[in-house]
Amino acid sequence: MLEVTGLRVAYGGIQAVRSITFHVNEGEMVALIGANGAGKTSTLKAIARVLDAAGGDVHFCGEKITRIAPHDVIRQGIALVPEGRGVFPRLTVAENLAMGAFVRNDAVDIEKDLKMVFGYFPRLKEREAQLAGTLSGGEQQMLAIGRALMSRPRMLLLDEPSMGLAPIMVQKIFEVIRAVAAQGMTILLIEQNAKLALETSQRGYVMESGEITLHGAAGDLLNDPKVRAAYLGE
Amino acid sequence: MDIFLQQIINGLVQGSIYALVALGYTMVYGIMGLINFAHGEVVMIGTLVAISVAGTLIKAGVPVALAGVNGLAAAVLVCMALGWGLERIAYRPLRNAPRLTPLITAIGMSIVLQNVAMIVWGRNYLTFPHLLPKVNFEFAGAHFTAIQVMIVGVSGLTMAGLVFLVYRTRLGMAMRATAQNPQVASLMGVNSNRVISAAFVIGSALGALAGVMVGTYYEIAHYQMGFMLGLKAFTAAVLGGIGNLAGAMAGGILLGIIEALGAGYIGDLTGGFFGSHYQDIFAFIVLIVVLMFKPSGLFGEKTGDRA
Ligand SMILES: Nc1ncnc2c1ncn2[C@@H]1O[C@H](COP(=O)(O)OP(=O)(O)OP(=O)(O)O)[C@@H](O)[C@H]1O
Ligand SMILES: [Mg+2]
Repeated sequence: MLEVTGLRVAYGGIQAVRSITFHVNEGEMVALIGANGAGKTSTLKAIARVLDAAGGDVHFCGEKITRIAPHDVIRQGIALVPEGRGVFPRLTVAENLAMGAFVRNDAVDIEKDLKMVFGYFPRLKEREAQLAGTLSGGEQQMLAIGRALMSRPRMLLLDEPSMGLAPIMVQKIFEVIRAVAAQGMTILLIEQNAKLALETSQRGYVMESGEITLHGAAGDLLNDPKVRAAYLGE
Repeated sequence: MDIFLQQIINGLVQGSIYALVALGYTMVYGIMGLINFAHGEVVMIGTLVAISVAGTLIKAGVPVALAGVNGLAAAVLVCMALGWGLERIAYRPLRNAPRLTPLITAIGMSIVLQNVAMIVWGRNYLTFPHLLPKVNFEFAGAHFTAIQVMIVGVSGLTMAGLVFLVYRTRLGMAMRATAQNPQVASLMGVNSNRVISAAFVIGSALGALAGVMVGTYYEIAHYQMGFMLGLKAFTAAVLGGIGNLAGAMAGGILLGIIEALGAGYIGDLTGGFFGSHYQDIFAFIVLIVVLMFKPSGLFGEKTGDRA
């Protein structure tokens, strides 16, 4: 469904992503793991057109999206939950969710999806009228995921949904991610928490200094001695 | 006491005009962090277009009211196009340039527009046609005219309309989202170019309306009138907290009242040394005081991360 070939990202002279190739199949959850600064966020940003790729191509559902306008990415069906959540702080929770459905005009189905999001995250329903900037970090992460779901995407890109959250909150968020995946959503998951990411995903890619150095079934990566040493703290 | 109430009324009228112009500065600043110094000139062009259109129609025998409406419509349309064009031609190519660059460009555009206006309308003061009959009212010893009532009323309604647009429509939500986080807004499918254009077009329409009001009120116009008006409206926007809609409205009204009271009392306070023609200094005293003690303005939440 998502095909990334030879993707490169550079900031000025610095190569953050050096020609990486990977893919995500329809209905699959794939983890992209790696240390700080490995280039994971840069990869997602290039796919979502927040950044221009310095080279390579991105195809989605057979269509080349490497150079489409940034605001058209979501119309293709790709929703990014950005690193650090990126909620609109002075919009209410309800307005943030409405922004997620900005490209849609099927009011009836939007209402249905809103119910679904509130089903996943009852806390958001309670906070509907509150300004997003006043939510806790965990609530903001819920909102960012809920907002992405409101676009009714074909694929979710999640950038470190566990970042800065207490273990119990991480559990809650990942329960929802699993539930969404169980509905057939295609997901590319970026995580520092490699163990959690690999336990949740079917396949994984390991990224180091801008390159993919390992890939395989999530279970195999979990048992790989190099992965265990570098990312699982063993 | 009479003079106090009188000056409050005068200040409210002038302040409504400042508020409308200040909204143009604040909307653009709120969304893209740019101070569009050419905005005062957009207002000036609005006034002059209205003079030409309404004046010509009146000469051709069109009823005054109809001529006035047409003059206003022409001014609004021309200014909307001008605001759109300014952003497109002067600012968009500099979207990723260092902040000083578009600021200097804005000053350049304001000089260009002044000169264009001078070529088109000449160097002389132009008289604005009488659009409204001179009706006077009296209230508790203070006098005011139908024109003043109209200015305050129309400004109030227009601002209410703007608040509705920004807080109750899809475009308004996209504008607020873009102002808060342009990158994520574009992830949601918002075309930031369109939102920025909308801010310029709407701000310019408000400016045109303000320009026509200024013309109707003072019955005089000139190709350099946009400079002082723009500077004062900018002061009003800073006073309220630039980037903040409610701030621009409150700042405009407040500045108008401060100025009117200042003009009303400066003679008494200085033993006649300064006359009311010194009223312009109050705006700049306000600007300096605000920048020194509360640069975020009355309604501003944060300082220093923009412009
Ligand atoms: N805007 C930028 N300007 C310059 N360099 C950048 C920029 N953003 C990222 N980089 C650099 O690119 C490299 C990859 O960064 P990236 O954010 O993609 O890493 P990451 O894998 O997401 O890391 P983390 O796990 O810490 O989020 C880093 O060396 C980083 O310093
Ligand atoms: Mg990252």
